[in-house]
Amino acid sequence: MSQRLKNKAKQQILALRRLSGDPILLLTIVAILASLVLFILYPLFEVLITSFRDDMGRWSTAPFERFFTSQHERSALRNSLLLGVATAIAGSAVGFLFAFTITRTSVPFKKALNTIAIVPIVSPPFIGAMAIIMLFGRNGLISYQLLGIRNLNIYGFWGLMFAQVLTFFPVAYITLKGVLESISPTLEDAAMDLGGSRWKVFRRVTLPLTFPGIASAMLVLFIETLSDFGNPLILAGSRFPVLSVQAYLQITGMYNLPRGAALAVVLLIPSITAFFIQKYWVSRKQYVTITGKPTSSSIKLVSRPVQWILFGLCLFVAGIILLVYATILWAAFARVWGHDMTTLTLRHFQYVFGVGFSAVRDTLIIAGVSTPIAGILGMVIAFLVVRKRFPGRQFMDFTSMLSFAVPGTVIGIGYILAFNKPPLILTGTFAILALNFIFRYIPVGIQSGIAILRQVDPSIEEAAIDLGADARTSFRRITLPLMLPAFFSGLTFAFVRAMTAISAAIFLVSANWNLMTVQIMAQVESGRFGAASAFSVVLVAIILVAMMIIRLILTKGFSGYKGKLLQV
Amino acid sequence: MSVRLEAIHKYFSDPDQPDNRVTAVEDMTLEIQEGEMVTFLGPSGCGKTTTLRIVSGFEAPNSGTVWIGGKEVSHLPPNKRDTSMVFQSYAIFPHLSVGQNIGFGPELRGMNKKQIKDAVMEVMEVMNLTDLYHRSPDQLSGGQQQRVALARAVINRPKVLLFDEPLSNLDAKLREQMRLEIRRIQKTFGITSIYVTHDQSEAMTVSDRIVVMDKGRVMQVGTPFEIYSRPANYFVADFIGRVNFIPCTVVGATDGALNVQYQGGIGDAGSAEGSFSAGDSALTVVRPESLRLAKTEAGGPKGLLSGVVEKQVYIGATVEYEIVVPGVETPIQAVTFNPVEEGFIETGSSVEIDFGMKAAHLIPVQ
Ligand SMILES: Nc1ncnc2c1ncn2[C@@H]1O[C@H](COP(=O)(O)OP(=O)(O)OP(=O)(O)O)[C@@H](O)[C@H]1O
Ligand SMILES: [Mg+2]
Repeated sequence: MSQRLKNKAKQQILALRRLSGDPILLLTIVAILASLVLFILYPLFEVLITSFRDDMGRWSTAPFERFFTSQHERSALRNSLLLGVATAIAGSAVGFLFAFTITRTSVPFKKALNTIAIVPIVSPPFIGAMAIIMLFGRNGLISYQLLGIRNLNIYGFWGLMFAQVLTFFPVAYITLKGVLESISPTLEDAAMDLGGSRWKVFRRVTLPLTFPGIASAMLVLFIETLSDFGNPLILAGSRFPVLSVQAYLQITGMYNLPRGAALAVVLLIPSITAFFIQKYWVSRKQYVTITGKPTSSSIKLVSRPVQWILFGLCLFVAGIILLVYATILWAAFARVWGHDMTTLTLRHFQYVFGVGFSAVRDTLIIAGVSTPIAGILGMVIAFLVVRKRFPGRQFMDFTSMLSFAVPGTVIGIGYILAFNKPPLILTGTFAILALNFIFRYIPVGIQSGIAILRQVDPSIEEAAIDLGADARTSFRRITLPLMLPAFFSGLTFAFVRAMTAISAAIFLVSANWNLMTVQIMAQVESGRFGAASAFSVVLVAIILVAMMIIRLILTKGFSGYKGKLLQV
Repeated sequence: MSVRLEAIHKYFSDPDQPDNRVTAVEDMTLEIQEGEMVTFLGPSGCGKTTTLRIVSGFEAPNSGTVWIGGKEVSHLPPNKRDTSMVFQSYAIFPHLSVGQNIGFGPELRGMNKKQIKDAVMEVMEVMNLTDLYHRSPDQLSGGQQQRVALARAVINRPKVLLFDEPLSNLDAKLREQMRLEIRRIQKTFGITSIYVTHDQSEAMTVSDRIVVMDKGRVMQVGTPFEIYSRPANYFVADFIGRVNFIPCTVVGATDGALNVQYQGGIGDAGSAEGSFSAGDSALTVVRPESLRLAKTEAGGPKGLLSGVVEKQVYIGATVEYEIVVPGVETPIQAVTFNPVEEGFIETGSSVEIDFGMKAAHLIPVQ
């Protein structure tokens, strides 16, 4: 055992010695490790430390004792978990419905269904909650205007779950679509050839092969739901407390940092657990041998009647999504939602581009700065993790992926705790928002970067070095261009997330630097749905335009690339 | 430039089990002359690639030194060594055109556009690649990709060219054509080359000298003729081509040949590995094509060995025999030529086996 340790140590020292021959590489590694510690671990550590203080700042377990004695906070935990599980199951089911219908049947309008299922991702993550209130609230279009019901109870579990399923099922959809596409339909054809009935083939072949994907989608949805902040802030109310909102209220409402921190820790535990299960158990069970684009898609798996039932269900969900967006669009132009809806006006947009414009500008600047940095950083980290051997490599891999698992609320609290005191005072600045976005939104870039690099023969980079390129030149000229598809998908993700972020950002905005999402939230809270909707419309428009530009750069600017490279 | 490897040792340890060291190269000392083409030949996992990567600088040896052109380069990273590698997978940059691929090296050296283009054109000319300048790599055939990889490697006029099984992805016919091509290019540019392969005929045809390796150790270094006809030990004899090992006893020596007692009589061995004195047991290495066969006739002459044909296979140009000889463990393999005129020996017949002095090579019993 000690021999083993000695050996390990020896290897690390050897690796270090080799690195010292390449100062730039060494410097890059050290800088990245240091910033991961500073901007991911240190804030979490601060949350943990603070949760063990009493009101006077002394060591104490009081915040946690309070947690166990407070009926309210205990029910917040129960509600959060309940919602998490329910949304994970329902969201994955809807995601599977869409993924299966689109990949395994021959129904019409697949393209449209696909687009509709993805739209919620590029919107503020609480658009569902807004729409519910606008449709079913006190002055709701459907509840009051059409049906005359004044006090339909939409606040609480069901309303919230509806909003969250709407917000998060696209994540499950994308995951499961990828999984289903990678299962060669010939497997199903073969099973059917052997005499299996359709239902049996589905149950014995398709479902088992998809199962790891489903489990993974559920865990991701569970994590997302737990950390969701926007929907519950609007819909939970005081009778249905959830952890993320309670933590926020403790901090911004009561200025009780230890209790807020303690709630954050409680929130962190199930998220991290789910993350570990996802990363170290479920992802291992993924069937790697079944990757590869299908040659021809099997559409025999589903009988005609079943196919139309699935189609009907998809249309139903798509209809709801369209209704939500139509509502937002209408509200953006209606004079006063709920009272004077037929007079159309541009005044909400005038507001957005007038008084509200600083938030638009701030959001664009922050997203514009943090996105490319996150994109490049993601590629560099992916490269280091896959191609280099150095002490701290696994630590880098793990830490950079951690922000998948840490709820935004927790990281937001961590940032205000960590960066409102020396050595680094950042609260109220541009930097705190940008840094938060950069380090929270690198994982997707890293993941796709790693996936691509694993497919690139290392000797391609060695060939460059062999011809005389140093490490930097080879990365810039060979590796990075090969990673471009990953780079752009990382960019897109980081940009969309930066534009739609709320849960951490709401702690970090200030008078100088504000964000559109926070503005929208504020408008909703004060009942000004017109302005909130106009903001949302502008936000979605910006994201769509940005995505179009990125796609344009990718297809026009890099037309020299082979199509197959871009599809990875 | 000459290449010298001195007392190279290289171990790998499994990251999961650092206690289990894998020996990749053990105590390798080797000198390669300027302009020479040397082949590393050996079974899979014997350390050929590793040695090549040590020369190019991608692996650092645990001990020992590497010299190129009389200068020690052990401490230099691969981009500072004047070596060029042709990779088994070609490693062509997929996002660059053929011309850009080949011009990558000159570009790194800071040549201007015109110079780069001229240099690329010149090399492409030599390689018969002229029309492919703007092609993208995935529109090339296997042989063309191979040529592009080679062109990219030689354009910088490296001091040493390294080939790691460059032809293993090509079909048999193209392989034969390309190995002649490689040899031609290597001679044209006069670049010292190390060539890794586990295809014997490839090694025999392209190399000035062959280094036979096994389990990280050098088993023999010699010209293709030496390796084939005077193997240094059992491993080399067995690894290269088909071979017979015949147990025998040394009885004496006359005029530069050893007199050896076989089952059927005394014969001469023209060469030997190591020294033998009368009474020593030894193995005679003799190739199937060196054996002469004759049907046993009552009262007729006896061969050095006598046996019974167990198997006879007609190939066309040749006939292959397996002959059971008492006292020799595995059946003796023999090949005869020109079956049309010389005829066959039927299975089950008794035969007399003879071979000449030059064909018999003695090695110690292992
Ligand atoms: N990076 C590595 N880590 C651990 N072991 C290695 C590594 N590279 C090579 N080895 C081991 O070192 C030994 C020699 O490998 P090498 O690649 O040099 O063989 P080779 O002669 O090129 O074989 P082949 O003909 O199959 O290419 C093998 O046992 C191999 O498993
Ligand atoms: Mg090899």
